[in-house]
Amino acid sequence: MPEAEIIPIDGRGQPGPNRCRATTRDGKRCKRQSVGLSGFCRTHGGREETRAEATEKARRKTTRARVEESSTDPVERLRNFFARRLAGSYAIDDFGFDEELYRNILMPIARPLYEDYFRVKTIGMDRIPSDGPALLVGNHSGTIPLDAVMLQHAVASEHPEHRIIRNTGANLVWSTPFISSLARKSGNVVACDEDAFELLRRGELVGVFPEGFKGVGKGWKNRYRLQRFGRGGFIEVALRSKVPIIPVAIVGAEETYPMIADVRPLAKALGFPYFPITPTFPLLGPLGLIPLPSKWIIEFGEPIAMEDYPDDAADDAMLVFDLTDSIRDTIQQMLITNLRLRKGTFS
Amino acid sequence: MTESTGTTDENKGRRRILITGTSRFLGLRLAKRLENDPGVEHLVGVDLEEPPIPIEGLEFIRADIRNPLVARILEATKVDTIVHTNIASSPGRLGGRSQMKESNVIGTMQLLAAAQRATRVKKVVVKSSTAVYGSHAGEPSLIPESYSERQAHLSGYGKDCAEAETYVRDFGRRRPDVALSILRTQNVIGPTVRTSLTEYLSLPVIPTALGFDPRLQLLHEEDAVEALYRALSMDSRGIFNIASDGVVYLSKAIRMLGRVELPLLVPLAGAAAELLRRFDLVDFPGDQLKLLVNGRVVDTSRALRDLGFQPRYTTEQAIEDFRDHRDKDHPPEPSAHPTWERELFEYLRTKAERERKTTDA
Repeated sequence: MPEAEIIPIDGRGQPGPNRCRATTRDGKRCKRQSVGLSGFCRTHGGREETRAEATEKARRKTTRARVEESSTDPVERLRNFFARRLAGSYAIDDFGFDEELYRNILMPIARPLYEDYFRVKTIGMDRIPSDGPALLVGNHSGTIPLDAVMLQHAVASEHPEHRIIRNTGANLVWSTPFISSLARKSGNVVACDEDAFELLRRGELVGVFPEGFKGVGKGWKNRYRLQRFGRGGFIEVALRSKVPIIPVAIVGAEETYPMIADVRPLAKALGFPYFPITPTFPLLGPLGLIPLPSKWIIEFGEPIAMEDYPDDAADDAMLVFDLTDSIRDTIQQMLITNLRLRKGTFS
Repeated sequence: MTESTGTTDENKGRRRILITGTSRFLGLRLAKRLENDPGVEHLVGVDLEEPPIPIEGLEFIRADIRNPLVARILEATKVDTIVHTNIASSPGRLGGRSQMKESNVIGTMQLLAAAQRATRVKKVVVKSSTAVYGSHAGEPSLIPESYSERQAHLSGYGKDCAEAETYVRDFGRRRPDVALSILRTQNVIGPTVRTSLTEYLSLPVIPTALGFDPRLQLLHEEDAVEALYRALSMDSRGIFNIASDGVVYLSKAIRMLGRVELPLLVPLAGAAAELLRRFDLVDFPGDQLKLLVNGRVVDTSRALRDLGFQPRYTTEQAIEDFRDHRDKDHPPEPSAHPTWERELFEYLRTKAERERKTTDA
């Protein structure tokens, strides 16, 4: 009996386990052997972008074009914008960031708050890289995390590249109706290692507030006193991804909703991390939700490089603690300096 | 050739494949895909019902995988590859939820117990689901395979998948010589597949959770079949998330489909789902409702790296294909639809014939 021809089951022009996954210029599959785990041959050197990356690039390009189109007639622009919205023709990234919505609708809403109400002054904007990843570490305060919103707005409006900081939010944000979808659409992500790693890998700016609820929900008497910086998770992320850390000091958020007391039992009953009593809340009812018009300063510190640490530095618990403490001290010093610079709380 | 490999000289390198769940969508489509594949020596389908469309060369065996008899089937058919697609997401024809669990979990357990004894088996592919991750507010935005599911929070389909997977992993430990892979597929959508999600998206007015807009990540039906095909034809092992590139907000999907959104308070969602079930519009399992509040998006980079699997459709394209080609290209002819629709069609046809006869008389 003649030997049957062996035709591999995987023989329909699909790349096999050891075939290069790249598509050549004429649209055919590359036929060369792939190198290692990269899945690409030597010619394509693993540098060939995957389809997901290509889609992402295209998304950015169209979004950017649409945002830039904004220089024409504003009425026309708004009409185009809503037409696209109603037809569902807009793109978001994997994390749910809707850049078009953010730049066209959300930023104009936040602008008066940023420019006229809090009169935010920024120092050291040039310390934020024009491209590539960085981890921004900031202090957290003010009962309602307006500081994250203002920080994002600061860089999106004043940085020459108008970059978007992807802030990380705690679970409570993600289980609250309206807040959760607004947070997603404005580019925030879940406070977990997976999200931070992935965004940094994609070259984004990631913002973390290691104090978490202990920072936002601290009493008035503890203002501008940094709380414990989590468990150093953000340092591990930076060390493993080898991205620089940029310390950020935010002055002014502390006075927006000065928390005089915290009604623990009520917080527990409602499932909140704290239930604040401020000079205006709950005394004035919903009016108490209006923040006090404090003067804000946001300072970006000198980036701290993480590249020179050894690969397994993140496993060295003592090193992680030391770095956490030193960054905490840096931000504390920046806060004190800027508090002195500020002439008055509300002027 | 030794007997243990189950191949003879002329069939060297060709596979003997057993597929469970051939009367269900993915099992059927995979069988169809393998129909004339030169790499396949023999194709066996196991299910309780006959495949609704004829598949050339398929040896169909009507059997319940919960029955220990399945070991005899593996022995008799001399298969070297098992593709288990028989974990059901809704009770459907099985009857109740307890029947569904019985079939999903105990079925997987029995099948793998039989496979453990079958020395010829060298490759096992199990179709699980991303439902094993549950759907919680604080989950990573792109869930990797390593994300440890908290089984205590799971219920229904997700729990079945998670429990079935523990048996699969046990099997993997006991038979390290078998190339074992688990595919966790996202919700499948496309012109012909019918799931609770496609029914939900076909409603004229689509109820949503007020204040929540989940990110949807889907998987086109053709890509789902392709992923199974790749998994069984390659030697790679492990757990793989299988999903399309890109995500779409539910609100946007609804607009793309030209439907109207009806936001409901979350506590009312359960009641709304019950109502839809009563009226036989959508059989949306209660445990999947969370998906419409929190969404669930998985990281698919491992499938790309190890399986070389690149979905042809992005999530958005899958929705467009669903919108543009549903029913138009696939008129509801009895053979194309594996489930209740076939019965319904059959019923309507006999009824029409009967009526014609009475009028003739």
